[in-house]
Amino acid sequence: MWKFIHKWGSPPHFWRLSTTLAPWFGWLALLLIVAGTIGGLFLAPADYQQGDGFRIIYVHVPSAWLSMFAYVVMASSAAVGLIWHIKLCHSLAAAAAPVGASFTFLALATGSIWGKPMWGTWWVWDARLTAELVLLFLYFGYMALRAAIDDENRADRASALLAIIGVINIPIIKYSVEWWNTLHQPATISKIGKPSIDTEMLIPLLLMWLGFTCYFFFLLLVRGRAEILARERNKQWMKDALGAPS
Amino acid sequence: MEWLDYGKHAPYVWSSVGLTAVVLLWNVVAARRRLAELTERARRRLIAEENA
Repeated sequence: MWKFIHKWGSPPHFWRLSTTLAPWFGWLALLLIVAGTIGGLFLAPADYQQGDGFRIIYVHVPSAWLSMFAYVVMASSAAVGLIWHIKLCHSLAAAAAPVGASFTFLALATGSIWGKPMWGTWWVWDARLTAELVLLFLYFGYMALRAAIDDENRADRASALLAIIGVINIPIIKYSVEWWNTLHQPATISKIGKPSIDTEMLIPLLLMWLGFTCYFFFLLLVRGRAEILARERNKQWMKDALGAPS
Repeated sequence: MEWLDYGKHAPYVWSSVGLTAVVLLWNVVAARRRLAELTERARRRLIAEENA
């Protein structure tokens, strides 16, 4: 177990692995997102109630999913780093934060654009929307805290604590539509057994969801490499790696 | 080009898709640029150390 943790927590191992995996995730993401966009924007039929405005879900739903997924990755990585003192995990948490923040921004912005024609307003202080906005502030807080502390170890610990505390917001976002009366619609595709969306509309959505997830891992690997490079630039293995043609 | 015409919803759909495309591209450019800058800086330091 310890051998496994140490192997996967080793920056040189991650550096080598990310060199191989990043292009795969990148190209796969591109392929899936292009296929999902074509399917969602041009092939899927219009919704019988929302008309063509429903097509916004093809960018909104994957963004909203990744806003939460990136936070869970960031917080669990930070927690592992805090408990087992694995610096690679802090690097990955730091790498996930800006990506998660940008997906949260996209979820809020595209949701707002969808809200105008459907609800008649750009914004309401609805439980789901407010909790998503809190998520954006949590990402900003995490990044600001890391940037504000010069000492790397203290920055790791403080930001990890903030990330872990903020996890409470994730179930609030997820279940807000069930716990409170909200304008936001409940789950559509994750209803076990029977999603309430037609297959022709569902397939492009699943392609986009998978594509965005691959895109997240691609960025996590690239940003993770940058974080490790910044931390380990004085280590001999990094000097060797930089000396070798990449 | 009928399939491109989303009627009154067109500005909402296309602005959402456009904004998403810009953010996705910007993320890739920013991440790759940061990695390239750090790599370049570290390589320059390495060369300077070897020459010293």
